[in-house]
Amino acid sequence: MSRQVRCGLALVALAALGATLVVAVGGLEPFGHYPGPYGDVLAKVVPGERHEGQLVAATVLDYRGFDTLGEELILFTAACGCVALLRLRRRERGSDLPAHERPLPSFAARAVGGALVGPVLVLAAYVVIHGHLTPGGGFSGGVIGAGALVLAYAAGQRVRLRRVGSIAMLETAEAIGAGGFAALALGGLLAVGATMQNFLPLGTSGMLLSAGTIPVGNLAIGIEVAGAVALIVAEFLEQALLEERPEADHSSQDAGLDAPRR
Amino acid sequence: MTALQATCLIAVAAIGTLVVLTRDPLRQAAVAGIFGLALSALFLSVQAPDVALSQIAIGAIVVPVLVLLAMAKIREHDQ
Repeated sequence: MSRQVRCGLALVALAALGATLVVAVGGLEPFGHYPGPYGDVLAKVVPGERHEGQLVAATVLDYRGFDTLGEELILFTAACGCVALLRLRRRERGSDLPAHERPLPSFAARAVGGALVGPVLVLAAYVVIHGHLTPGGGFSGGVIGAGALVLAYAAGQRVRLRRVGSIAMLETAEAIGAGGFAALALGGLLAVGATMQNFLPLGTSGMLLSAGTIPVGNLAIGIEVAGAVALIVAEFLEQALLEERPEADHSSQDAGLDAPRR
Repeated sequence: MTALQATCLIAVAAIGTLVVLTRDPLRQAAVAGIFGLALSALFLSVQAPDVALSQIAIGAIVVPVLVLLAMAKIREHDQ
């Protein structure tokens, strides 16, 4: 297809898209006046049914919890696919990796990054555990936790990613989180007859231990998301790390690595 | 619409355009991270703190980091 034809097609498509958008935006409610009933219904129902002031968490983990289960498994599958691809490539390439030292990051990067790893981990735990009381929850908290790993890497690439231990640990975290959330959905089905329905004591609204299954679900999602994102990053980084280790170092690493991986 | 919301909307539009206009992928990753932050400010200004938090996590952490990692991978492949 020649350039002119392509440009013509693109212009026609863009014009059609633009016209449709203008019509659609013209038919919208005024800014800030969403007419749907669900928000109002949930706002009335949630405090009594779930002893919970955080409507978003209650919606995501109970009223549309089945969707969340699907999203959870999407992330799980995506991480598995990513890891499988990267490992396949590594095995194909074998161990003829160029060995050269990576330059150490600047002092500023090491100092700031190193100082932030701990606080970032605490923040992640806070966001996950308070997901049913304040904005946040398992997903954001989990990603923040995985961000701590990236920080540690940026702070000086000698992250002791002991290949066997750390990867197995991340895999386990991902699996436990996903399995825990699925078990929560199943528990509702078995105990009260509906997926993601609450089957734990509700407690007093606003307390840390309240709202029944919601904090448990947040915890499961947090562990799963942190494990999945950290696993993807670690698989990427590990290859980068491997290539940058001195010869003697990575041959011993490889030997230790292959066995538990099969 | 308040002045804050209008400012956030304009910032999102402007930085979004900047992301498209940045041609070097390395810089584009950084600009995309800033775009993610602007988007989260917009979400916060329309009173959606949960979405804003997720947006910070995804837009400012995961997406730029994955782009950088993928670029490192490609460079390593080229060598």
